[in-house]
Amino acid sequence: MRDIVLLGLNHKTAPVDVRECIAFTAEETDRALVMLRGNPTIGESVLFSTCNRIELLMAVDERDAAVRIAKAFIAEFKKVPLSQFENALYQYVGDEAVRHTMQVAASLDSMVVGEPQILGQMKEAYRKATVEKTSGVILNKLLHRTFMVAKKVRTETGIGGHAVSISYAAIELGKKIFGDLEGKRIMLIGAGEMAELAVDHLIRNRAGTITVANRTFSSGVELANRFRGKAIKFEEIIDCISDVDIVISSTGAPEYVLQKNQIKAAMKSRRNRSLFFIDIAVPRDIDPAINRINNAYVYDIDDLKGIVDENIDDRNREAVKAHRIIDEAVIGFHQWVDTLKVVPTIVSLRGKVETMARQELEKTLVSLNHLSESDKRAIQRMTGALVNKILHEPTDYLKKDGCRGNKSVALDLTRKLFNLEENH
Amino acid sequence: MEPVFIIATLSYMLSCACYFGYLFFQKAVLQRTAVGLMATGFALHTVSLVSCGIRAGHFPVNNLHETLSVTGWAIAAVFLAFFFRYKLKVLGIYAAPLITLIMIAAYQMPRPVSQDPQLLKSWWLAAHIVTIFLGNAAFALACGLGMLYLLQENTIKNKTRGFFFSRLPSLDLLDTTGYASIVVGFSMITIGLITGVVYAKAIWGRFWSWDPKEVWSAVTWLFYAALLHERLTDGWRGRRAAIMAIIGFCVILFTFFGVNFLLQGHHGTFTAM
Repeated sequence: MRDIVLLGLNHKTAPVDVRECIAFTAEETDRALVMLRGNPTIGESVLFSTCNRIELLMAVDERDAAVRIAKAFIAEFKKVPLSQFENALYQYVGDEAVRHTMQVAASLDSMVVGEPQILGQMKEAYRKATVEKTSGVILNKLLHRTFMVAKKVRTETGIGGHAVSISYAAIELGKKIFGDLEGKRIMLIGAGEMAELAVDHLIRNRAGTITVANRTFSSGVELANRFRGKAIKFEEIIDCISDVDIVISSTGAPEYVLQKNQIKAAMKSRRNRSLFFIDIAVPRDIDPAINRINNAYVYDIDDLKGIVDENIDDRNREAVKAHRIIDEAVIGFHQWVDTLKVVPTIVSLRGKVETMARQELEKTLVSLNHLSESDKRAIQRMTGALVNKILHEPTDYLKKDGCRGNKSVALDLTRKLFNLEENH
Repeated sequence: MEPVFIIATLSYMLSCACYFGYLFFQKAVLQRTAVGLMATGFALHTVSLVSCGIRAGHFPVNNLHETLSVTGWAIAAVFLAFFFRYKLKVLGIYAAPLITLIMIAAYQMPRPVSQDPQLLKSWWLAAHIVTIFLGNAAFALACGLGMLYLLQENTIKNKTRGFFFSRLPSLDLLDTTGYASIVVGFSMITIGLITGVVYAKAIWGRFWSWDPKEVWSAVTWLFYAALLHERLTDGWRGRRAAIMAIIGFCVILFTFFGVNFLLQGHHGTFTAM
């Protein structure tokens, strides 16, 4: 019976410079899979590589030899000395490997717990492995189960719920104020990575025109071009504010850029339509007193961080549920693996055939009342002998190394041919 | 049609229970069941009212029992219409308990027989009653929407985001539906007042008699007229509009019950106990 072995490193065990060296591009993955297929020690393999992790999932006959070869293979393929990353590698075997795979797919092992991309990336890695035919009976089953479990975790727990980044938290709030962000006009005051990210998110939510105000007009124009918006002078902010719905501010100004009385006047001219301020600057740009004006809402960086922390706590709570779901799945998979062991398969095969023979025998004997007891016994003996004869060759084949190396295929096929129950 | 009335009340009650379940567990199936039960209750309630009206030979608003029953019916009607128009699921949390309470109150009320059934036999009067009740029901919903708005606005302003933040819809949706229900309510009571005045002319010989009911109806109408006017000119929206919708509904409650019980007037028969 083959062992499931997982060899990998991730953002927790390896710093980014190491991960960069080891990461496999899509093209490299294809090539690596072909090479792994050519290596008889590594029976089945799936190679999964993102910017945060590299995982090599294998089903092998000789565990230690396979691990040694796999490590050497990575070092050689990526032309990085093994000593540079060996400490960062973790290795899981059997149930632990299964559990780890499921946790990765369910995004429990991610940097941001619950982020949804990982499952898609994993499916893609598996697709590559099936195209290159490096995954076999065991890994196919494992990954199908894994994807099912990941989906179950997503639908049955709140692990993917609510924003866990500042800019997403701002978008979520915007939706609670405006309902739909489509067509909402944005003003960006200043610049900065987080503010621009928020604008990007808003554009993805089909926000309306973008107005950019910057102290240096030329950089404002540049940024406006990037967002296909228009640039205004810093002094024009208050005139333009009646025409926007969301203000994102991120300047280096030491004092408030927008004062309460300015906004109070502006609210009148915008006929009290809601105005949402996202203040990402430190020190703050937007007078917090503005939050007290009717239909004006001010969220600063700390408020947004508070929401994010709360949501992360929520996700971690949900992760407990997710772990339970995965534990159940690991047990289920273990039971399936057990069925692939030779003895249980032979036992259940024999059991099945014997039951069939007994049932048919009983049915036949009922209508043959004229037979004497000794005749009946003879027929029983013959049935028993038939069962033994029929089962002799397959049993021999499964017991001995008749299937040359990959026994799990033969065992799985036997189970399918005779429709043997999994949890026997 | 007593059994039908009771089954209708039970449907409303179950709908109410489903809405509370939906509020806590956020399962779509509960919400769908709640709307289904509400619609069933409404249909049965309609049957009950129609048969009651046919038996009495006039519109069934003879005593407080019947008046309350029609009130519940009107709220259910307006709620269902708004639900299918705006898909505002959470409003049921307000409407279902309100209808249920009104129905239970109606059930408790004694049912004295009308003093003067002749007074009630007129198409003008039927139009007057239906529009006034539907209008008031729309205002009741506007009040509920105003309360939900204040609740949600409070969580957003105070940055507390508790139980209601994720369960209530956006401020914008609450505000626009609140506005829509006030527009509907206002149109209805305008028609209601006109038909009422015409009917008064027909039966008492004059349009206006400074009866307390008439005066307070006029006050209500002017209040909502002012509210709509301010919204269109000065942009009274959001928080202020929500508060006004709630105050407006209090004025209606006074016009509807307060006048009958405290000031007396020619509508007394509708709340006879």
